[in-house]
Amino acid sequence: MLGVIRHKTVRPTFSAFRHFSSSTKQMTVRDALNSALDEEMSADPKVFLMGEEVGEYQGAYKISKGLLEKYGPERVLDTPITEAGFTGIGVGAAYYGLKPVVEFMTFNFSMQAIDHIINSAAKSNYMSAGQISVPIVFRGPNGAAAGVGAQHSHCYASWYGSCPGLKVLAPYSSEDARGLLKAAIRDPDPVIFLENELLYGESFPVSAEVLDSSFCLPIGKAKIEREGKDVTITAFSKMVGYALKAAEILAKEGISAEVINLRSIRPLDRSTINASVRKTNRLVTVEEGFPQHGVGAEICTSVIEESFGYLDAPVERIAGADVPMPYAANLERLAVPQIEDIVRAAKRACHRSVPMAATA
Amino acid sequence: MALSRITSPFRSTNLLIPSILSSLRHRSISNDTTLTIETSIPFTAHNCDAPSRSVETTTSELMSFFRDMVLMRRMEIAADSLYKAKLIRGFCHLYDGQEAVAVGMEAAINSKDCVITAYRDHCTFLCRGGTLIEVFSELMGRKDGCSKGKGGSMHFYRKEGGFYGGHGIVGAQIPLGVGLAFGQKYSKDPNVTFSLYGDGAANQGQLFEALNIAALWDLPAILVCENNHYGMGTAEWRSAKSPAYYKRGDYAPGLKVDGMDVLAVKQACKFAKEHALKNGPLILEMDTYRYHGHSMSDPGSTYRTRDEISGVRQERDPIERVRKLVLAHDIATEKELKDIEKEARKEVDEAIAKAKESQMPDPSDLYTNVYVKGLGVEAFGPDRKEVKATLP
Repeated sequence: MLGVIRHKTVRPTFSAFRHFSSSTKQMTVRDALNSALDEEMSADPKVFLMGEEVGEYQGAYKISKGLLEKYGPERVLDTPITEAGFTGIGVGAAYYGLKPVVEFMTFNFSMQAIDHIINSAAKSNYMSAGQISVPIVFRGPNGAAAGVGAQHSHCYASWYGSCPGLKVLAPYSSEDARGLLKAAIRDPDPVIFLENELLYGESFPVSAEVLDSSFCLPIGKAKIEREGKDVTITAFSKMVGYALKAAEILAKEGISAEVINLRSIRPLDRSTINASVRKTNRLVTVEEGFPQHGVGAEICTSVIEESFGYLDAPVERIAGADVPMPYAANLERLAVPQIEDIVRAAKRACHRSVPMAATA
Repeated sequence: MALSRITSPFRSTNLLIPSILSSLRHRSISNDTTLTIETSIPFTAHNCDAPSRSVETTTSELMSFFRDMVLMRRMEIAADSLYKAKLIRGFCHLYDGQEAVAVGMEAAINSKDCVITAYRDHCTFLCRGGTLIEVFSELMGRKDGCSKGKGGSMHFYRKEGGFYGGHGIVGAQIPLGVGLAFGQKYSKDPNVTFSLYGDGAANQGQLFEALNIAALWDLPAILVCENNHYGMGTAEWRSAKSPAYYKRGDYAPGLKVDGMDVLAVKQACKFAKEHALKNGPLILEMDTYRYHGHSMSDPGSTYRTRDEISGVRQERDPIERVRKLVLAHDIATEKELKDIEKEARKEVDEAIAKAKESQMPDPSDLYTNVYVKGLGVEAFGPDRKEVKATLP
């Protein structure tokens, strides 16, 4: 299915936060996910992990490192490369009352299993009027990586985000990764947990509270990563980091941007987004995925429906280019949002620049 | 391990008709003799030793087989009429002809064993403890239905009876069933799961994916192909290069069973349960037949001859087979059997009357059960400025 490219990601490891407390620990997103899995498996014997290479290989991206050794082959299961089959088996186990965590090596492969995610998992509680609940988590890297081409770079946030019966989460930082994964595993409904391969190696500061095994974040609540008053920028996953960097650049030009880390695609935290737009009067939505019917489209409409009178400028939408992901590095760079795109859009929203195509 | 028991208010007010026929678990308490009866034909085995064709049964069991199948037959025929009267909408897939598979299987298992099937699920639901009122109410989309009217014909469930649906996507129920078996093994429950599917679903890739994992992980999963020889309108010879479905498991053992012989089905399922608990998955192919078309929108006679249908009815009908056995062994008289049939008809008619009185679901039920934990989130109607609901 995927020849896993053991690429070396050279990424700047400075975190989102500008202030470092000497007592705050640093943790990579990878370790955050690993520790969350470990703690939840330890706390509840019904939780088990299944997927390709999760066991003996220690995880295709090493997220499940050490878990096979600790919990044994009955709870950490290596599956054959058969997504439709093993996803259905995971959902059936959830019907029975277990709490499976099904890993997709990337969410591109979830398309092989999407019938089970939607028709067997998402809709069962409703169709059975509450008899058959499905406490399952589907997790794995989503969206663009680096140089992996068109079939391995698709973002599924809006695909799953549109389906009632699913909850869809997209962590950014290590705190997000820990808190949201724990919440997802404890949640009695099917949860899609969209990670990002390029974030796995990034370090973020984590407080003692975050490191505690009882730590949990609420599902459906966005986080205001940076407060501001001139323009609201919404983002999720890797784009939160880009939005924060864009905010830094905008600050130097006198524009105070408020950055919202969505954390939850479904339920979408419409009240936080709208409250922010009512304060700033301007909105830029940022996502890596395709623009049509994307997350930004939903956010834009939500704001128009609920806060139209507060908008001082049209909503700006930054998304991946409307093309299958190319391989060549220069084309790939042009296919995903860059920090300068976010800055430019924010300035447009603040009427600080003339748009590319002047209205005729 | 704790299976979540969801108590729904309607169940406590559910009216069970107080008749001897309402409980499919009824056994007569007097004159119970053991009998040994031969199955119609011997079993054909693949990669295993076939069980004996001599089946142990009792007079009361045979009578309960007769009663249960008669009730199911009546129920399905009544559903046909309700559909034509437009009281049942959408899809309605009827099981008449195939009753022996559901009834024979139930006789070999208990409620901790799990059963999962596709959309031809009315009779299977009944076998697993469902009531006629729940069936007809659900078919007519009323709140006293087993899924409170929100599922429909293809989505009957009875978790407390070990019945996990009721699935509309052909073949999906097979990996789901293997997942149930996984749950049983994980929880160290000494039970098995029967995943039923048709000859149409037998070619699905996910079947082989699930079987592969079941065999690798030694799961107590039994795949049961209800081969009624037609996948919708396509005969088995047109859809399967190898219609020997009991052999298609390759490394997994298989058994071909006369699915119109309830005792053969019982014997095969008993054998399968013992096998699966010790040796992992196997396939049972039930050679059966449906009198109706694929669904109520299919007359069932464009791709097969009326002679074929009436031929099966004459030679292999499961109810007639048991009737002959009962009469041959002097267990009951012709009149007594006719009375049972009359009782069944009456019971079905009464259940339909009660179901017709049941209300349609409350409009607010549109928004219930989307999630177990709705987190107080808003859900919107078609005009979101007009209708908003908070998910509890």
